[in-house]
Amino acid sequence: MSFFLMPAPVASRRQFLAHSGLVLSGAAVALLAGKDALAATSGHARSGDVVILNTALSAELEAIAAYQLGAESNLLQKPVLELALTFQGHHKQHAEVLASTIKKLGGKPALAKEKYNFPVAQLKSQTDVLKFAAQLEQGAVSAYLGAVPLFGNRELAKAAASILGDEAMHWAVLRQALGESPVVPSAFMS
Amino acid sequence: MKLRQRVLAVMLALGAAAPASAAADARRGEQVYKRCLACHALAYDRVGPRHCGLFGRRAASVFGFGYSAAMRHSKIVWNARTLDQFLTDPKKMVPGTTMTYDGVRDRTERADLIAYLKQAGQSAECRR
Ligand code: HEC
Repeated sequence: MSFFLMPAPVASRRQFLAHSGLVLSGAAVALLAGKDALAATSGHARSGDVVILNTALSAELEAIAAYQLGAESNLLQKPVLELALTFQGHHKQHAEVLASTIKKLGGKPALAKEKYNFPVAQLKSQTDVLKFAAQLEQGAVSAYLGAVPLFGNRELAKAAASILGDEAMHWAVLRQALGESPVVPSAFMS
Repeated sequence: MKLRQRVLAVMLALGAAAPASAAADARRGEQVYKRCLACHALAYDRVGPRHCGLFGRRAASVFGFGYSAAMRHSKIVWNARTLDQFLTDPKKMVPGTTMTYDGVRDRTERADLIAYLKQAGQSAECRR
């Protein structure tokens, strides 16, 4: 698999570890700043925003569970496994930020389902797992893209766009690992 | 710039003139459906409900799925026309829906997507 000819993801994993603790972006910090700060910035965070954040949170929680399934499948070789765990770590951070923001806005964060119906029977090889993950990440890009224009609050829209960027990078790296061409499929995401 | 605007206007006019069903292509629709895969699957519930059996079913009727009150009270029956309306702007048709997604604004993409959803309903995955 072309992935193994490609040292970059492993290097980036190392870099990620070296920098962890510093990974909160400006957007995430803005989110964590609290309700007053959110209210003071452009646009009120309406109850509709909480609904958007909760749908996003549900999708992030599913992604965390999906990567867990992949990690425990024994189908992933070490560098791929490390990559999966790195991406899962990002999703965990997204989920934490989303949940805390929902709470700050007076909402009740969605919880992870007890059971997810992943297509386990179809995951028989590392390639299957990577394809499954790539599909989830592609979907996540679309989902955030479809959420950005709906926010009443501009800071929340920005934070969603920040997460979108991260999901898009996951998707590209997974496509690279799968040897898909072109690695970046188009100039625009939809 | 001017020229580009004019070309765009012509393209929009052409798009508006073309009947939505004329070029509906389920294969292209399958590509559009990838956007929905963040939250949906054909055969099982995820963040959104399963899509198998969608045509002809009442909105919010998948047993055990946690729909919003807005969807439960919408009285929609899903068919090509209601799907076209919903997918253009979900929150406009169902204010308060938890499908917080801006929609598929391009009518050709929407027609392709609906053709795919219809075809997928007959697929092996849905007939299992
Ligand atoms: C961000 C997650 C998300 C995305 C992306 C998304 N949906 Fe949904 N969808 C949902 C949720 C959540 C519901 C339930 C809505 C409610 O109860 O208000 C839903 C409901 C629906 C319904 C009503 C189903 C029923 O049983 O009544 C249809 C149809 C639908 N979605 C189609 C689509 C299509 C087609 C796409 C892709 C263009 C899409 N959705 C993208 C989350 C999403």
